[in-house]
Amino acid sequence: MITLEPIARPGAPLARRNPVAKLAAAMLFALPLMTTLDPVTPAIAIAVELAVLPLFGVRLGLLARRAWPLLAAAGGILVTLVLFAADRSGRVLLDAGPIVVTSGVLATALGLVLRLFAVALPGVIVFATTDPTDLADALVQNAKAPARFAIGALAAFRLVPLLGQEWQMITMARRARGVEAGRSPVARLRLFVSTAFALLVGAIRRGTRLAVAMDARGFDSGVPRTFARRQRFVAADWLLVAGAAATGGAALAASVLLGTFRPLIG
Amino acid sequence: MGAGVWVRGFGWRHGGRRDWALRGVELRVERGEKVLLLGASGAGKSTLLAALAGLLPEDSGAQEGAIEIDGRPAGEARDGVGIVFQDPQSQLVMARSGDDVAFGLENRGVPTGQIWHRVDEALHRVGFPYHRDRPTAALSGGEQQRLALAGVLALRPGLLLLDEPTANLDPAGAALIRAALARAVDADTTLILVEHRVAEALPLVDRVVVLEPGGGVRADGPPEAVFAAHGDALAAEGVWVPGRTIPPRRAAGPAGEVLLTAERLGQPPRLSPTDLTVRAGEALAVLGRNGAGKSTLALLLGGLLRPGTGQLTASPELAGAHSRTAPHRWRAPALTRRIGSVFQNPEHQFVTGTVFDELALGPRRTGVPESTVHDRVAELLGRLRLDRLAAANPYTLSGGEARRLSVATALATAPRLLICDEPTFGQDRRTWRELVDLLADLRDAGHGLVTVTHDAEFVAALADRTLSLTPPDGDPESR
Repeated sequence: MITLEPIARPGAPLARRNPVAKLAAAMLFALPLMTTLDPVTPAIAIAVELAVLPLFGVRLGLLARRAWPLLAAAGGILVTLVLFAADRSGRVLLDAGPIVVTSGVLATALGLVLRLFAVALPGVIVFATTDPTDLADALVQNAKAPARFAIGALAAFRLVPLLGQEWQMITMARRARGVEAGRSPVARLRLFVSTAFALLVGAIRRGTRLAVAMDARGFDSGVPRTFARRQRFVAADWLLVAGAAATGGAALAASVLLGTFRPLIG
Repeated sequence: MGAGVWVRGFGWRHGGRRDWALRGVELRVERGEKVLLLGASGAGKSTLLAALAGLLPEDSGAQEGAIEIDGRPAGEARDGVGIVFQDPQSQLVMARSGDDVAFGLENRGVPTGQIWHRVDEALHRVGFPYHRDRPTAALSGGEQQRLALAGVLALRPGLLLLDEPTANLDPAGAALIRAALARAVDADTTLILVEHRVAEALPLVDRVVVLEPGGGVRADGPPEAVFAAHGDALAAEGVWVPGRTIPPRRAAGPAGEVLLTAERLGQPPRLSPTDLTVRAGEALAVLGRNGAGKSTLALLLGGLLRPGTGQLTASPELAGAHSRTAPHRWRAPALTRRIGSVFQNPEHQFVTGTVFDELALGPRRTGVPESTVHDRVAELLGRLRLDRLAAANPYTLSGGEARRLSVATALATAPRLLICDEPTFGQDRRTWRELVDLLADLRDAGHGLVTVTHDAEFVAALADRTLSLTPPDGDPESR
């Protein structure tokens, strides 16, 4: 089930910030982390991210539930690298027949997993604390994004949860027709493709009807749009953006000073 | 301020089609008039509404004649026209109810300071019972449609167009919309309404216009005069003309052997434990409010859903060698030879690219020899008036045709038991009659029939026994 609702306490000081400011802060914070391969920079970044969590009004348990795909990806990376890494330098930690785990392998794997978390968590936090409607409003008002794009995407987004129910319905309707894949993987794949096609046809029809209904209510008709909810970008928002950029840079600087910095290029 | 409408020799042909959807329409509607627009399926009612709303882009088809609204071409007069469509789901744009009403006001450039005042006023006019922060996803179909109406009324249109606004709603939801319309549309606003169910629309209108399939206007005038002169022809074409009842078709004999037995069958939180038996030669109608779990029960009886509580047993008469296992465990081909299911949305069930293949699919899947398949498909095509459409793509059929096809596909494998979910939903009177006759014939031939429905007339015409479901306990917000 895809949930889009924010999970934060809405009153938390940083959750209340302008959605565009939060998005920019997340990007500026994550950017420096992508330039290095060492585990220290992302470790510092994760520490910072967890430290500011209460300011966003997000509890750790809720965040973990929202970020479970990340945990799964991390597990996958760990297993893959331990089994298949080419570089098997360093001390041998475990020697179980074909599987040889060395300190070098473990360091690389750990670095990758930490980077994954450090870069993805800010995004998870922003979307967990932001109402999609507010984000679309702020994108149009503060980031000057075209309303056609931002509001259109928002409307389309609202139809996404319906797709899950629709898939279930189509699958049951096909079983009633005598269409079922059974055990053959080829039949399964063909049924998957044809169910996806039926879902797509339905989604396009619904999308077209929605577009006509939006059109009828004057959407994108050339009249300058006004806003029911004013999104303000104030000094505190600038402060958040600047603070995030500075902290991200500081994590990188710390790694350079500690001598652990390993640039991505070179 | 109401708007005056002048349609002069208007015609429209959709891009890529040979036939005109609409042609030679002459119509004048004065300010504040309330018009019911009628015509057989395919007479071009919805196309005319779309044209009035300025929603037919020039490059999407060919136009004849002109439409003027208060002296301006329809394409330029869109700011004075509002339209409400059938499907509430695909009209709501925003996640919060109030934001959705505000959406149109923002588009029209209404100053921020006035928006919320006008939102609240529109919500009040349609009798919206919740705060404006109510999530649109938490509303019932009838409430969503009320909200869509509020979103249009907030723009204060001089011309309000309604394209079968209650067709997708259950009776309670439809009543909500009619009450909201009676309350919200003032004497000044011009109203043009398309609606099959005439009796329910009549209190809202003072004039009836009938479009002629193929072109022009057949009749125009006060409702009594139009129905006195054209009532029989309209009824034969599928319009629900008031005061014309359809004779019921009851079972000729007593019910036959038991086909299915449900004991405490349920699916929390959607369906409370339910006991029932389904018999051959009997039409059982399952009734109940939205949210009572009717569709869930249909899926359970159809062997499509694993029961959450209790059990479902198929008798040896129905199941043959499979009577030791529950229907939801049967392989799909075994299921479709024994129990047929007709879904509310016919398109969910279409799998192939032509009507012919669609009908042949079930027999082929269940190992019927190809020579027999041909005969069986030909027989069904004739019986359900689909012969001309054998090569058509199922997705291009009209609502009535798609419904007939979905019933025919279920019959193609000759199941002993047929389960239908709202088969008459949104159908015109002609298709409705055909469905009643077809299902009654099946029952009289010894098939079992379970129909989940809101349609009281359908129940009166066909059902031998009814079962009323109540919404599960602990569900304060049944929809």
